[in-house]
Order: sequence, then structure tokens, then C-alpha cells
Amino acid sequence: MVACAAREIGDGDVVFVGMRLPLLAFALAVSTHAPRAVGVFENGVMRDTPPRGPVVTMSDPPNLDGALWAGALSRAMALLAGGHVDLGFIGGAQIDRHANLNTTRIGPADAPRVRLPGSGGGCDIACAARRLLVVMPHEPRRFVERGRPPDQPRLRRRPRLARAGRAARLRVGHADHHQGGAARHRGHRRLRAGVGPPRRAGRRRGRRHPWGWPAGEPRAAPVTKAPDREVLEALRALDPERVWTGDG
Amino acid sequence: MPDKVLTMREAVARHVPDGARVACGLALEAAIPFAFAHELIRQRRRDLHLVGPIADAVFDQLVGAGCVAVIEAAWVGNVTTGTGYCFRRAVEQGRPRPLTVRQHSNLTISLALQAAAWGVGYLPTRTALGSDIAGDHDGFKLVACPFSGQPLLAVRALRPDVAVVHVQRADRRGNAQACGNLGISPEAVGAAATVIVVAEELVDTGTVRARPELTLLPGALVTAVVHEPGGTHPAPLQQFRAHDAAAYRDYASASATEEGFQAWLERWVLGVDDRAAYLARLGDGRRA
Repeated sequence: MVACAAREIGDGDVVFVGMRLPLLAFALAVSTHAPRAVGVFENGVMRDTPPRGPVVTMSDPPNLDGALWAGALSRAMALLAGGHVDLGFIGGAQIDRHANLNTTRIGPADAPRVRLPGSGGGCDIACAARRLLVVMPHEPRRFVERGRPPDQPRLRRRPRLARAGRAARLRVGHADHHQGGAARHRGHRRLRAGVGPPRRAGRRRGRRHPWGWPAGEPRAAPVTKAPDREVLEALRALDPERVWTGDG
Repeated sequence: MPDKVLTMREAVARHVPDGARVACGLALEAAIPFAFAHELIRQRRRDLHLVGPIADAVFDQLVGAGCVAVIEAAWVGNVTTGTGYCFRRAVEQGRPRPLTVRQHSNLTISLALQAAAWGVGYLPTRTALGSDIAGDHDGFKLVACPFSGQPLLAVRALRPDVAVVHVQRADRRGNAQACGNLGISPEAVGAAATVIVVAEELVDTGTVRARPELTLLPGALVTAVVHEPGGTHPAPLQQFRAHDAAAYRDYASASATEEGFQAWLERWVLGVDDRAAYLARLGDGRRA
């Protein structure tokens, strides 16, 4: 999943890197195919090399050592708001088929069943990055037909924002979804090697589809290329204790 | 010039009353003033209104200890592990007491403080437009740009009673120098009525004068200085201390239940007199 997400970072991209898994995917990208990519972090850091040691948060000293810039959040956010960021890269708790992201709560506002930690900078990144990449584990509870409430930017409304990009992409454990500007809903673009297309049986009433909603044209979905050995080795070096990649 | 150095106990007792609006944990995951928060818990402060961006686990601890009535922040949890269990119990079950949450994004909380620092009632932005955060509370209002008519989100000014920053060094007059990522520290110290500087090192004014570009806030605007080495543990402090992920994981495991949180609180906060005792309990290997 991290290797697939890292591939989305182009060499030379200015990437706004969110908490947790995006930290590792950015480090992997600059270690392998995108050595000229630049990462901006909401705590106020900008760097163009992998952190000098394993990190759990973007404020860990190895992410500041050798950085190009360390200062205020407002200056990093100004790059984003000013339209200078090519790719925004975030995690998320829950997403629906229209790409509404939910990071705030599950259940009603006055009596939530689960209170999630909240947006952090995710909402800011989703609003202003020209392209948006969301990476999250592939669990049915995270993929819902319609999220209530959609606390995060509704991506189908992104064209209403002046600088918003036209495409958003979602990387998950087993599949790669895509929402183009004109698409009515997302379908699978690719499946990870070894994962079969969703079965029709999954659409039966009363049975929960593993993707949370029926996928379009599953048989046409090509298989994502497995990461090369050197990419996997780079990933292991960045996460030696398997903090982020413990599930393989 | 007045000497502003106090102990943490004195600073909290004199400058942070019950019900105060307190901004802390302003550099996101780094330089979190845990020593300050633990003193708030020991002095049993109540009805606090916390302001911050992603203040790592410090808000979760204050909520679990029953100190907090309102949180105005972008994210509340434990960055190393994710969930803030005390925060969840407070919102979902009202335990140990009900909690009001005013949801922000990182940029909107920055703008709210910046508006107060600049003495204006609000600042406009395009962030959060089209999201439900924009309708979460009365700190946001949809407005039109007076020049272009473009829709904008007005973020209401937010003035903390107290802002607390842990910096690398300060002199006895409060001239405070910080390095590393600052998060929303500059706007928060500019907005607050009272600023408490917690310093890793106490230096002479000549050291400050040698590098004035590192000064986060001049002493004229600082109310109190607390010399508290190790005050950010388990949060990192650039040039001094790494992130202690094991401590955050231990806290997550303990705080998953109310009983576990109380045992953690007894061991690491209520059962120690001050930060020096906390660090002694922690042992030499974990301090840096």
C-alpha cells in the first residue's frame, strides 16, 4: 500500500505530506523514483530528502535534521493556499463512494458512537492541493455507501473551489480507486496482485460488499504491479521496526 | 528589568485560574509542555478551555483528569497510536465530565489566533469551504469578498487568557528563543493576554542578543519564565530530545480504560511532586 502510494508522487512534485502513512510514502518516493520531490509538512517543515532516521511524527528530530526549512505552520499553509502544492497526501478514517472524507465522528453530532480525533490539517490539504491522494487501510468499516456526517471537503464539490484540482485518487490496501472530475462515482482502477475482483455475490441484499459499495466494471480492473525488490528494501530501511508496515 | 523566573507550581498557581482559556501544545507534536499540563492536573484546575492545533496527547491527559470543559482544536488524540481514549470517553459518555468540542482545522485555528494577535475580529480564508467544519460552531461564518464577491470563510478571532510555550532557551526577563518547527506558536503568543515561557535552558541576555533572529517573543511581552529541563518528555525538543514513542504507546495502553488511566495518572502525575521527580522516576536512559 505504501509503495503504491509513493508511486503517485512525481519527480519534482511539491507534496504536502500529512500525518502517519503519508510520511513514510513521501520518504520512500524521495529515496527511490522521485529524488527531486519536495515535501511540505504542516508543522512548518520543508525537506527534499528522507528523514535521517525512523520517524513516527513529522516533528521528530530526524525529520528536521537536514531540512530546507523549519518555521511556522502559517507559512507552510500559505504555500498550500497560494496554489504552490502539486499533490496533497493524507490519511483518513472513513470515506464514502462520492469521496466525502470523515475524520470527526461516526454517529449523530449530539451523540456520536465514535469520536474520531478530528481533521488536523487534512481538511486544509484536501481543500487547496491541486491533486489529492488519500491512503488508508482497506477495511469495510472505512468504506461506506454514504458517510454521515461528511465532515471533510466533499470532493465532488472541489471544482467550486478556484484552485482545486479535478481529480482525486484513493489508495487503499488492495485497490486503487479514482474519481475524475466528471465521473459519477468511483470504480476500481487497479487491484493489487493476488486480490481477485469483487464478486457479484457481494452485491446481494443483506450482504456487505467488501468495498462498501458496488464497484464499477470490476473485470476490467488491471492488476497493480508489485513493488520491486529495491523499493521494498528502501521501505524496510525507513521503517526498520515495522511500525507502519507491520501488516506487510 | 524584572526577574520573571518562577517555579512551575508558582506559575500555574498565579497565572492559570479555573475556567481560563489556555493555548498550549502549539508546535503540533514537538515541544509539548507536558510538565505544565501535569502541574495543572496536580493543582486540580477545572473548567479549562483548551486551544491548540494537534497538541499530541496532552489534551487527552487533561480531559481524562477532569480539568477541561471546552476544547477548541484541530485534532485530539495520541499521534503515535491514533485514538485519544480519554477524549473519546468524554465526548461519547460524558466521563469523567461532559466536554464541548469546537472543531477546527490546523489553518483555521492558526487564523483565529492570528486575528486576535492583529486586533481584528476575524480573518478570511478559503480553507474548509464545502466542508462541515465550516458549520460546526459560531466561530465560522460564510462571507463574500468585498472586492470580488468570492465566497470566503470568516474565522472569528480567538484570544487565549494564557499561552504556554516550551522553548530551547530564555533569559530571566523572558526573552525566549526557539528553533525547529514552531507550528502556531508565533500567533498564539501574539494573541494571548498572558504568556508563560518554559525554558529548557536559562541563559544570560547576551546569548539572546547574539542570535536575535531566534527570538520567538521578547521578554516585554512575557509574564513568567519557568526553567524546566526535560519539560516536554515524551514529546521531542529540537537539539535536546527525541520523541519517546514507547512512552506514548504505554500511555495509549494504560488510558484505554478509566482504571488504567487513573493508575497511569497516579504513577506519572499525582504520585510525583514536580518534573524533576518525574524525570527521576523515568530514569537516565529515557530522558534524552
